[in-house]
Amino acid sequence: MDFTFSEDQLLFQESVKDFLTNEVTPERIRASWESDDGRDSALWNQLAEMGLTGLTVPEAHGGLGMSELDFVLLAQECGYVALPEPLVHTAMVAVPLLCQIGGELADLWLPKIAAGEAKVVVGLEQNLLVEDAHVADLLLLQRGDSIVAATPGQVELRHNESVDPSRKLYAVEVSDSATVVAEGEQAQALVTGALDRGALGCAAQALGLAQRMVDISVQYTSERQQFGQAIGAFQAVKHHMANVAVSLEYARAPVHRAAYSVAAGEPIASHAVSHAKLVACDAAKLAAKNCIQVHGAMGYTWEVDLHIFMKKAWALANTWGDAGFHKTRIGEHIFAEGAVLGAGATF
Amino acid sequence: MDLTYTDKQNAFREEVRSWLADNVPAEALQTFDTAEGFAAHREWEAKLNEGRWGMVTWPEELGGRACDLIEWLIFEEEYYKARAPLRVNQNGIFLLGPTLMEYGTEEQKARILPKMANGEEVWAQGWSEPNAGSDMAAIRSTARLEGDKYIINGQKTWSTRAVWADWCFGMFRTDPDSQRHRGLTFILVPLDTPGITVRPIPQLDGLPGFAEIFFDNVEVAVENRLGDEGAGWSVAMATAGFERGLMLRSPARFQETARRLVELYRENQAAADSDPAVRDAVMRAYLDAESYCLTTYQTACRLNKGGKIGAESSTNKIFWSELDQNMHATAMSILGARAELLPHAPDARGVGSWLDGWLFAQSGPIYAGTNEVQRNIIAERMLGMPRK
Repeated sequence: MDFTFSEDQLLFQESVKDFLTNEVTPERIRASWESDDGRDSALWNQLAEMGLTGLTVPEAHGGLGMSELDFVLLAQECGYVALPEPLVHTAMVAVPLLCQIGGELADLWLPKIAAGEAKVVVGLEQNLLVEDAHVADLLLLQRGDSIVAATPGQVELRHNESVDPSRKLYAVEVSDSATVVAEGEQAQALVTGALDRGALGCAAQALGLAQRMVDISVQYTSERQQFGQAIGAFQAVKHHMANVAVSLEYARAPVHRAAYSVAAGEPIASHAVSHAKLVACDAAKLAAKNCIQVHGAMGYTWEVDLHIFMKKAWALANTWGDAGFHKTRIGEHIFAEGAVLGAGATF
Repeated sequence: MDLTYTDKQNAFREEVRSWLADNVPAEALQTFDTAEGFAAHREWEAKLNEGRWGMVTWPEELGGRACDLIEWLIFEEEYYKARAPLRVNQNGIFLLGPTLMEYGTEEQKARILPKMANGEEVWAQGWSEPNAGSDMAAIRSTARLEGDKYIINGQKTWSTRAVWADWCFGMFRTDPDSQRHRGLTFILVPLDTPGITVRPIPQLDGLPGFAEIFFDNVEVAVENRLGDEGAGWSVAMATAGFERGLMLRSPARFQETARRLVELYRENQAAADSDPAVRDAVMRAYLDAESYCLTTYQTACRLNKGGKIGAESSTNKIFWSELDQNMHATAMSILGARAELLPHAPDARGVGSWLDGWLFAQSGPIYAGTNEVQRNIIAERMLGMPRK
């Protein structure tokens, strides 16, 4: 029993955190909102140079061959800076799905992803829309009982604007000429796996988002003076923040467990992911609610950076399975006849 | 990261399980807030100690097994699964014991720990006073050094287990000119010393689970001082740290409550579902208990590797105490009109011990530092928010 990350994993997290906090500033995010496609290709190239786009790509295909467990701490850091680029989607969803589909498709696309030359996105029916379809070089789309691979020429996109200006969402019409790459039960299993990884990615980002909102708010309430003192010295303000800290403190281990579970292929992986997604998104939603409150009217403005993180937290809470979807999966597990629950049943 | 138990850990679990299966009384003991129940629980402590299961994390020379924190969690899981008796001497073994090992003299350890381990001496706490509750530094009870004795005067209150306990530990003001947390000394006091009056206080369930202790020129040998004179605050903080920490509130208890709650819901599902919030609350209880377990294991593994517990440990007390309240509130909702009935009432079918648990759960957010105090600690020490 060892529920800790290795030195290497923690060092990698530190270096990625340093890079992201230096590069992905709120100013740079706001600039990307003004660009044509909302994406920052220079940043994507930097991420590729660090090996991050190929982190979960097998070494044989030019990647680092790491697992969901290696990536989960980095996904937290992506959340901490509200990274607009689809790095979590790539490493956590697209690459593992391509690996599972295998064959020529994987041989062709995985090296390009690792090199930062191509973006592949995944669209599941559980999600209303497809993230970053407009910059995708290949789209893997669930269509009923099958998964098809489509090139940009085989799809028609309809842009949907999100409350989070960083999120680029598209309804996708796919032509019949798209290639079927998986069918029936195999496709179903791939869809479940992709959904689990997507939800795990959201959960990890939610942890980072919540932490960032706390950090911003602690700083703000330590500086802002009213009634002759910093407002952070008032208990009512302190307790708002303490409640977020408690919620966040008990959401981390479930996310790390889910990452381990997915990487190790444990039978309870889907259940662990649903647990993680629910508690991490709850922590992020509470962070959003309490942090805007302690900012007062400033929190309600476009100018203050808080909303960059708040809006992403709101969006992630209801994508890759909303609370209803994940609670239904939890219910199926714990209310099943003969379910093994309670002390000693966790591992 | 490897979230599987080692062969050694699995073997340890088997050993605990099999000993408990052979030794846990078939019929639940009476509550230790009655005289007979207290005596029965004291006997159980002696039996546990004979089997070297009294305090498995203690060193072998003190009758322990030098277990690490993961083995401790495994022990607790089996203990709660077996529905073994609650630990009547928890003030001693979980709070004072570890503090003694850190601050006690060799003489004190040799004199006190063995009798603590076998239940021969049960310990009560003596922290709060009528005007020193959340504000513990306002303590006014005094201890005046005269020769080789302290003369103690004053009053302690909310002393858990004091009605039938043998000793109490607490803080007394040894420097009459001192203010706040300075000038306090940690002293161990035999409760049968002349000049002590213990007045039971009936708790919410009507039983005397705690008491007031009055001290009238009580003479206590100086050997019973723990730590230096005037250093009581830092000794007490160590004790409070243990209290909040994972030793006393390991996850197994809450996971078993959550499991029983799922069972209760399934047995009463048709009626329970008339309030759609109930099913959600049951799921939330289960998830929170699991989150508590996962977080505790993660902390324990970190500590096993030499990590330190920081201010984040204050989140622990808030989390489990509110979880416990929520779980019992949900059980009360499921039981509906039966929820208010005492277990022996003729029509109290299937109410189990939920009402008792509900009453006890009310105390969680209050004792061992109210949750409001904990939230201040989190905000100031963990998040770094301004004090003034």
